[in-house]
Amino acid sequence: MIRKLSLAAATAVALFSAQGVVAAESTAEIADIPFSFDGPFGTFDEHQLQRGLQVYTEVCSACHGMDLVAIRTLGDEGGPHLPRDQVKAYAAAFPVNDTASNPQYVDPATGQARKLVPADHFPANNSMGAPDLSVMAKARKAFEGPYKLGINQLIHGIGGPEYIVALLNGFTGNTKDVAGNTVYENHVFPGGWIRMPPPLTDGQVTYADGSPNDVKHMSEDVAAFLMWAAEPKMMARKHAGFVGVFFLIILTTLLFLTNKRLWAGLKGKKTA
Amino acid sequence: MAGIPHDHYEPKSGFEKWLHKRLPIVGLAYDTIMIPTPKNLNWWWIWGIVLAFCLVLQIVTGVVLAMNYTPNVNLAFASVEHIMRDVNGGFMIRYMHMNGASLFFIAVYIHIFRGLFYGSYKAPREVTWIIGMLIYLAMMATAFMGYVLPWGQMSFWGATVITGLFGAIPGIGPHIQTWLLGGPSVDNATLNRFFSLHYLLPFIIAALVAVHIWAFHNTGNNNPTGIEVRRSSKAEAQKDTVPFWPYFVIKDLFALSLIITIFFAVVAFMPNYFGSPDNYVMADSLKTPPSIEPEWYFLPFYAILRAFTQDVWIVQLAHFVTFGIVDAKFFGVLAMFGAIAVMALAPWLDTSSVRSGRYRPSFKWWFRLLLVDFLLLMWCGSQFPTAIIGWVSLIASTYWFAYFLVILPLLGVLEKPMKMPATIEEDFNAHYGAGSAHPAE
Repeated sequence: MIRKLSLAAATAVALFSAQGVVAAESTAEIADIPFSFDGPFGTFDEHQLQRGLQVYTEVCSACHGMDLVAIRTLGDEGGPHLPRDQVKAYAAAFPVNDTASNPQYVDPATGQARKLVPADHFPANNSMGAPDLSVMAKARKAFEGPYKLGINQLIHGIGGPEYIVALLNGFTGNTKDVAGNTVYENHVFPGGWIRMPPPLTDGQVTYADGSPNDVKHMSEDVAAFLMWAAEPKMMARKHAGFVGVFFLIILTTLLFLTNKRLWAGLKGKKTA
Repeated sequence: MAGIPHDHYEPKSGFEKWLHKRLPIVGLAYDTIMIPTPKNLNWWWIWGIVLAFCLVLQIVTGVVLAMNYTPNVNLAFASVEHIMRDVNGGFMIRYMHMNGASLFFIAVYIHIFRGLFYGSYKAPREVTWIIGMLIYLAMMATAFMGYVLPWGQMSFWGATVITGLFGAIPGIGPHIQTWLLGGPSVDNATLNRFFSLHYLLPFIIAALVAVHIWAFHNTGNNNPTGIEVRRSSKAEAQKDTVPFWPYFVIKDLFALSLIITIFFAVVAFMPNYFGSPDNYVMADSLKTPPSIEPEWYFLPFYAILRAFTQDVWIVQLAHFVTFGIVDAKFFGVLAMFGAIAVMALAPWLDTSSVRSGRYRPSFKWWFRLLLVDFLLLMWCGSQFPTAIIGWVSLIASTYWFAYFLVILPLLGVLEKPMKMPATIEEDFNAHYGAGSAHPAE
């Protein structure tokens, strides 16, 4: 039965794009992962974020960009918290004053690099149509149920990082060709087939701290890093939450007592 | 203020007398804050203050957000992320604004259903009720346009679907839609006008709120018994009422403080719970999300919109008798706005002479069923539209209309009301016992 929604969507698609794609929902069950940042008391593990940054830099960034995230924030507390010299060294890898590869910085009048403050963000990249990862960990979900009531999200969180881990571990190994492109079977991805080849293999990234570097651990590290990238102020937000709730509870208690005292004169002993 | 007799402001000092003669603003403030209020108001009466708080919160946070937001299709999404990352405290301001909308609608729904149960819409408070409905409509328009501003996928596709509703109006519909959008599709012109109107409408709401408060200060508050305050003399009125300050100011502030505590915890610990993850994907006119779903507060009416498809007999009948002018899509739009219209007409549809649902034995059950119906519709609106969901939505929509158009008119005739207390004082003393005399005595 065709209902209003699909009708409206179909009309819209027909109106705005002859090649509109209506993606299907993901079918795979996604497991909850006890991340360090879960729940009101959860915090980012800066070592995990540093490992995730390494995975992102060595693997993901080949195709994906992250152009909403500023490189300077890698030094922030409540984030990867890299020392200043390492942040500088990281940023040095992106030569924004290199006029050959960044023609937008060339002043057409003089032919010289403009004296503008260069952008300090991770570069954009969408090779092969890879989506930007800046807010990816907030743009995906898991645990919608039961019956889309959202109760599981109340317990486990929205599930963005879990989705990323499940996707990176969800390749079945089957491939097929679609219009000249190879697609890879992955039941976590809506529709079941994804353009991205399995990006991680065991031992691909060597961590300086010797942490386990199998696919499962690397994917968790990079998911945690992407959660930070999407929500860099999470720890400041939770901190504000505790301070705010603490003072509000005191205020509420005082108002409760005031109210009780105020009305006591009007209320006698209950007779009925 | 007309109505309940009470003490009025008397200017004492020379300056006060001087000012009062020229601008009686202190007197207005005094009469507003000292208004006699039925002393038996229960906790369902606190949502008005919560709503006032929400309006102020949304305007204050919104003004700051507007200082850092850029209404341009290429920059809007990044500017919201700029607020989240680079603006001092921007992440808290934006999350408060985002979740403030949800608190606003939670409060307005409880406030409306309180009015429906205790008969607050009945004479002489019909104007208060109608203005309240206008505020609710303005809130929905404001919330809808605000949701478009971050320029995420749900912003874009929600705007496409909702403005498409106006396109369903026969004849002039497509022209209205183009006029609303500022072009053939949702684009930069749409984003700019929605930003402008999203900034404007809250001030219209604020004006309507002032009139809403003025109206019920004129008639006096309703109360859980639905019995009017005795107003033959000041002494008698004082047995039924207490002044708003300090009694209800403190009571409301306590309730508000408790609600803000919960609100703050949601903002700080689960700020994206009420949102859709799809809105963290930048709008893309070439990619339709798997399900386009409005924010939770629109879901009941969205379910009514979807319920009337072309295989429902009443839709087919409307199609037949109007020579095809009313099609299924337009019927759905009429049903959605009609669902709010019948609610607005409640003062004239309810024939019962008893105001409060507390003393109406059958009404109580029909009302509870209406609450369940509302939540069921909300759930239906969030579901993928399968055949079963279609049927459930249709039955639930039918009950919504039947409640206002059939049950309310009939109950007034058929129902035998229960015994009611004679005065508010009697009701108050039955609950709390007779306390000391009126504090002003």
